[in-house]
Amino acid sequence: MPVNTNFFLKKRLVSLILIGILLLVTYGAMVITQFDAVKGLTSIPQAVEWGIKNFYPNQDALDKLPRIWENLRETLLISLAASTVAGVFALVFAIIGSSTTRVNSFLGTFARGIATLFRNIDVAAWAMILLFSFGQSALTGYFALFFVSFGFLTRAFMETIDEVSNSSVEALRATGASYPSIIIHSVIPSSIPQMISWLLFTFETNIRSATLVGILTGTGIGFSFDLYYKSLNYNAASLVVIAIMLSIFAIEFLSNYIRRVIL
Amino acid sequence: MTALLEVKDVSKQYGSDTLALANISFSVKEGEFVSVIGPSGAGKSTLLRCINRMIDASSGTITFDGVNVPTLNKRELRRLRTKIGMIFQHYNLVNRLSVMENVLHGRLGFKSTVAGALGIYTEAEKQQAVEILSILGLSEQMYKRCDQLSGGQKQRVGIGRALLQNPKMLLCDEPIASLDPNASKIIMDHLQNISSSMGITVLINLHQVEIALKYSDRIIGVSRGEVVYNGSPDKMTNEDIVRIYGSEAETLMIDVGDKDVGDKNAG
Ligand SMILES: Nc1ncnc2c1ncn2[C@@H]1O[C@H](COP(=O)(O)OP(=O)(O)OP(=O)(O)O)[C@@H](O)[C@H]1O
Ligand SMILES: [Mg+2]
Repeated sequence: MPVNTNFFLKKRLVSLILIGILLLVTYGAMVITQFDAVKGLTSIPQAVEWGIKNFYPNQDALDKLPRIWENLRETLLISLAASTVAGVFALVFAIIGSSTTRVNSFLGTFARGIATLFRNIDVAAWAMILLFSFGQSALTGYFALFFVSFGFLTRAFMETIDEVSNSSVEALRATGASYPSIIIHSVIPSSIPQMISWLLFTFETNIRSATLVGILTGTGIGFSFDLYYKSLNYNAASLVVIAIMLSIFAIEFLSNYIRRVIL
Repeated sequence: MTALLEVKDVSKQYGSDTLALANISFSVKEGEFVSVIGPSGAGKSTLLRCINRMIDASSGTITFDGVNVPTLNKRELRRLRTKIGMIFQHYNLVNRLSVMENVLHGRLGFKSTVAGALGIYTEAEKQQAVEILSILGLSEQMYKRCDQLSGGQKQRVGIGRALLQNPKMLLCDEPIASLDPNASKIIMDHLQNISSSMGITVLINLHQVEIALKYSDRIIGVSRGEVVYNGSPDKMTNEDIVRIYGSEAETLMIDVGDKDVGDKNAG
């Protein structure tokens, strides 16, 4: 059979058109927002210079460390609580929603629908919605993180179950094992390492989101940053940023270690 | 001897246009070693899975050990399944668990909900698992995790799990399709031994005609969802093989070795 050159020509043409559209959209956006690319680039050295001059912790800022640490701890604990509680709920929903372990197709679709809904609303949007019910409190941040983590983890757990335990579930079903036995002896042992890995990933993501959500809800480390930044105390604000960065590194190091051990 | 398994006019329709099984009828006597052969897509796996209702047949009757399979309720179906061991091409073990734990899974069907969920096994069950593992030559691997085993060893664990059910019949869906010739022979010898010394009926799907001819008491040839041969391996002629596999039969028989490799890559 002769090679269909038209086929390749068409693919190349489609690629070209896509690149063209992308360039056009970028240019259009720049015109509309009056963003000057040259000015944007040349302002970078200036920003760096300003950062070096002002954005470093001094003795004054270090005195505020206990306060900063208190807020940081609150953020870390909220992230941890939101991730783990979301993990428990996600496990139940994932088992109901996965095509390998679902009880029936109606409940399966329902579980997947809920997960999709919670996952697709951004954490900042959740925070704004929840501000109405809980006001500016830690609870708002907690629930915002919980909802997004729950949606994401349900999806991730569902795929893990389908991928890892599909075949052994079939085998246990064929032995006449009951549904709870199948879940406990096949699904859980096969998927637990990957699930823990996803849980750690969610925890890391939540710390990052919690900082931003904290600015919105006036709690945790995000609040500290907001406070110092708005009161022009750049030295203290920089200490907050360093504290956040260090804790993210520490958590990531820890979770990579846990991953290595369990996988 | 009476028939242990009686399959009558069984059909299976997938969706609206795939007729995987078309009025299949045959019976299997207690203790028989029966091979099902046929080209890819003939309906062999579907047929096997209809017998323990991993797939529900669209019509027809299946009688196993005196019970009518299609009408069983959930609880009765679980009881039926405990009497039928199943062995898979890809072993279908819980890879992160030990050999022993996987073999003991064969007892889960007999447990109450609580005992099953907690995985409480009796001393006698553990003892039997040890015996079966020694028969299968896996005594040394007993506490190894299954992901550390070779394919042939994994399949023996699969056989062990099925045997711990004390089944009346084994359903084997291409148990050697992912194995090299050496491991294949070990598995087939074990199955033959199980059939002759324990009196367990074996119904096995095979891709390799020669192996089916060598080990079986009877061969059932399936083509496009229909039984086109049902008789002893001695009486099988080249025409029969052409009838089962179509005009490609000749190449198929020569290429048995290559096909094995192809299967492994696919899996
Ligand atoms: N879940 C399914 N949904 C739709 N069609 C299916 C499904 N499973 C099997 N089929 C179709 O039914 C027919 C028989 O499939 P089956 O798996 O039983 O064949 P097989 O003889 O076991 O083939 P192989 O030797 O390749 O394993 C095929 O045409 C296949 O495409
Ligand atoms: Mg098959």
